[in-house]
Amino acid sequence: MSFWDFIVNASYFVAAVLFIYGLKQMGSPRTAKKGIKLAGIGMLVAVVFTFFHPAIEGGFWHYLLMLIAIGIGGGAAYKTGKTVQMTAMPQMVALYNGMGGGAAAAIALVEMYSHAAFEHGFALIIMAVVGALIGGVSFSGSLIAWAKLEGKLDKSFRVPGQQIINGALAVLIVILGWSIVGSDDGAPVLVTLFFLASLIFGVLLTIPIGGADMPVVISMYNAFTGLAVAFEGYVIDNPAMIIAGMVVGAAGSLLTWLMAVGMNRSITNVLFAGFGVDDGAEAS
Amino acid sequence: MITGFVALYIFMLAAFTGYEIIGRVPTILHTPLMSGSNFVHGIVLVGAMVALGNADGFWETLIGFVGTILAAGNAVGGYVVTERMLEMFKSSKD
Repeated sequence: MSFWDFIVNASYFVAAVLFIYGLKQMGSPRTAKKGIKLAGIGMLVAVVFTFFHPAIEGGFWHYLLMLIAIGIGGGAAYKTGKTVQMTAMPQMVALYNGMGGGAAAAIALVEMYSHAAFEHGFALIIMAVVGALIGGVSFSGSLIAWAKLEGKLDKSFRVPGQQIINGALAVLIVILGWSIVGSDDGAPVLVTLFFLASLIFGVLLTIPIGGADMPVVISMYNAFTGLAVAFEGYVIDNPAMIIAGMVVGAAGSLLTWLMAVGMNRSITNVLFAGFGVDDGAEAS
Repeated sequence: MITGFVALYIFMLAAFTGYEIIGRVPTILHTPLMSGSNFVHGIVLVGAMVALGNADGFWETLIGFVGTILAAGNAVGGYVVTERMLEMFKSSKD
């Protein structure tokens, strides 16, 4: 292990500890504010030391692009997050969560287009493909959730025979995914089609759900993004992503269930029954 | 490289950790916790940075660049929104 390998991995370890401890602190009203600060410090440490990651082989331009991308994304999010109305918070969480899902899918795409994901065996390709699917669904689904809560999308939107279309699309996704796993280098066309199909799936899954059920759905996509991040962390050998993603995946799943129970509903009911369509229309 | 059963153990332990963290939390904290965990998976930013740093050619670089923008939005936005939520929570509580 080289010097910088050690430093970077140590920073990821510190970040993982601070994330878990910070989330734990957020579970109690008295320590909640301290909790998010600790998690924030963990994030800052991990991001700063990633600039020294020995696995990064690109030159000066790549570092410049990184800084520009962080400036654009971080700046825009800081501005919107600070200025958004308190009542519009849920859709902002949905938006930021969708961005995380999109980022996880982007990592999967880069790893598959560059064939890097195909050099370390079977398990790794499956993780990359599943992560791309979950990340893509979370990305497009969260954007629909955001659009609905913003009132940019008709509240009740239901295609006839939706369940059948969803089922057919799911079958197509499985076939495409299996073809990618089975191929030696994942034909770029297959990967692109797979990603597009997962985006459409996220849209179709979210469109029939009414506004009143959206918090549960956003929480579910939050867990999805966590899982996608954990899987892609495995693909690019990043322990911080594996641990933080998996913790969020599990915590988010439990939260989703608790929220649904709080509304006297089950998750399947929220997702497939479409009762929320009427509730949503009233709530608006 | 983290492989095989070591990876499986890490996945398993992290999953139980996440489950235990949420287990006995009061209902009023559910929304801030959702937002807080939304911030935590913003760690995807470090992966996006590495992917962008290793990208070759136009398309890979473009996807890596967009991924890094999205990830940075997740991390920064998640933090700001969570902090504001807890701010409000505290003042209405006291």
